[in-house]
Amino acid sequence: MANGEDLVDTLRRFNLFADLDRAQLEAIADPDSERSFGAGERILRRGMSGSGFYVILDGEASVTLGGEELNRLRQGDFFGEISTLLDEPLTADVTAETPVRVLEIPGPRLEAFLLSYPKVMLRMLVTEARRLQEVLAWRS
Amino acid sequence: MAELTGVHPPGEYPVVVVGSGPGGLQTAYALSRLGVEHAIVSQDDSPGGMFRKWPIYQRLLSWTKPDAPYERTEREYEWYDHNSLIADEPELRATVAAEVDRTYMTPSCSEMERGLAAFAERGGIQVRYGCRWESTRKEEDGYVLVTSEGEYRCRAVVFALGVTDPWKSPIPGIEEVPHYAETPAAREFEGKSVLVIGKRNSGFEIADGLEPWARQIFLVSPRPVQTAVLANATVRVRYFEPLEDAAWGGGTFALDAAVERIERTESGGYRLHANGTTRPGPITLEADAAIAATGFRTPLQDLWELGLGTVADGRIPALTPYWESTTLAGVYFAGNTMQGAAGLRKNGIGSASGTVSGFRYNARLLAQEIAKRLGHKQEWQQLGRGDIVPFLLSELRGGPEIWTQKGYLARAVYPDGSTGIVPLAHFLDHCEHGSIAITIEMNQEGEIYPVSYVRAREEIDERQLPPHALNDFGETEYRAALESLL
Repeated sequence: MANGEDLVDTLRRFNLFADLDRAQLEAIADPDSERSFGAGERILRRGMSGSGFYVILDGEASVTLGGEELNRLRQGDFFGEISTLLDEPLTADVTAETPVRVLEIPGPRLEAFLLSYPKVMLRMLVTEARRLQEVLAWRS
Repeated sequence: MAELTGVHPPGEYPVVVVGSGPGGLQTAYALSRLGVEHAIVSQDDSPGGMFRKWPIYQRLLSWTKPDAPYERTEREYEWYDHNSLIADEPELRATVAAEVDRTYMTPSCSEMERGLAAFAERGGIQVRYGCRWESTRKEEDGYVLVTSEGEYRCRAVVFALGVTDPWKSPIPGIEEVPHYAETPAAREFEGKSVLVIGKRNSGFEIADGLEPWARQIFLVSPRPVQTAVLANATVRVRYFEPLEDAAWGGGTFALDAAVERIERTESGGYRLHANGTTRPGPITLEADAAIAATGFRTPLQDLWELGLGTVADGRIPALTPYWESTTLAGVYFAGNTMQGAAGLRKNGIGSASGTVSGFRYNARLLAQEIAKRLGHKQEWQQLGRGDIVPFLLSELRGGPEIWTQKGYLARAVYPDGSTGIVPLAHFLDHCEHGSIAITIEMNQEGEIYPVSYVRAREEIDERQLPPHALNDFGETEYRAALESLL
């Protein structure tokens, strides 16, 4: 629990979960799914298999490839979905830049999770579309 | 009044261990083996105080098999006895196995307690019993622990406190509901309907214990029981009967619902208002009795105020792969609390650090890590180049560390031929070019297989080897796979 706020209250403020009611949020907010990393600790490692889907509850993490920072992730951002959905090894490192707490959906449970909450899947798809749009805009 | 005589009197020590359960005893033993001076203090008056209270109705959950493919004095036997602490001396091994009466494959609480006491006695582990840790001060080069017996000053402290403080989830009205820890004898529930808040181990332990007595049992929590995960877990024995009863409509209900509030009825019972999660919709039900099986937390006392980071709703400290607080340097945790270091959780499979079987190995590594930080020199086992593959194959067959701590602990071999057990996460982030590690891992389907990791400059080459029908990873294809790594 951060600053006296419980996991449900944290999740309800995130765009990804904006369509869920309190009972659904409570079902997602499993305290055992919460993971914590110290500043500098690696969250995900390039080349590794078997990871999951993560939503940052608080803190900042960097996405790096060969030491070069590609992206910065903050509260409410999610990552790990591409490797999980494609069942391929991770393509970049993710490192905690400050103390970071994440909510983890293990890889083998992601599909069932998204099918249980189609509105979360839709919001995830919109975010993916925006990311793709940014890449295409950058290339053109 | 401070007692300045006897075992480990208040004063200055390089390391202080707090707690005399399996985690504290195992850490103290490992520190002694490495020659690290330490004090061990405990508020209890003998080893394993928790086992005099819990589990309430039942036996322990993890197995001890008196007979196995290995002799009890051999290291490989440890995999078949998940409750005894580990030691180098044959007379300290398998102390719980020596106590079990073969009624069942998991020991009773008293068998466990006697096994721990035998380990402490034969190992000469001196504990200052009846010494309660009360508060903590951080100083420039360490910590001061204020206890009922006086002050202990140390550079590193190991808290082996268990996850033993009753914890209730913040539900309106739950203060009226007794916690699992206060559950009376099962006969008190004869003919009653019982509401159990929580559908985890303690909730199902209560339900299972009450099946012969209660009229109806309602288990309620937001998340469904993960039967697929349970299928391969030792804890499933507690879930069998209540879940079967629920499936057949026999008077037990396992409801997936977020509890809105609980109130007392005029007749002295309880009324629950909830909203269904798996099946949406309001649920209201009444019961004669209620129990909050909402779990426990680590008794962290004032460590919060020093800035201790936590996970799981503040119930467990957040730890590095070597079980140091992610926020307080020099504060380590042993025992059940070691689950605060999650590891990689590949394929969603967690470590065994929340049970004696797993954390007894962690404690040995924790002691090595503390010894290293304090400047002690340690000797590592050395392998000649021709010995590496046969050694790794024998570890894949029966190395109890990697078999028990699947995917959390790895057997590493470094370019200079030295070998040791390390947390896999630590290996991946800190090993040098040319280092090799092997693990035993499993997936959600329950397949068990070896995985190799090789560091080549900045890259880690991860290779999953195939499973084997008899888990015999000493055969030709595994030998060939390991030889290709070198």
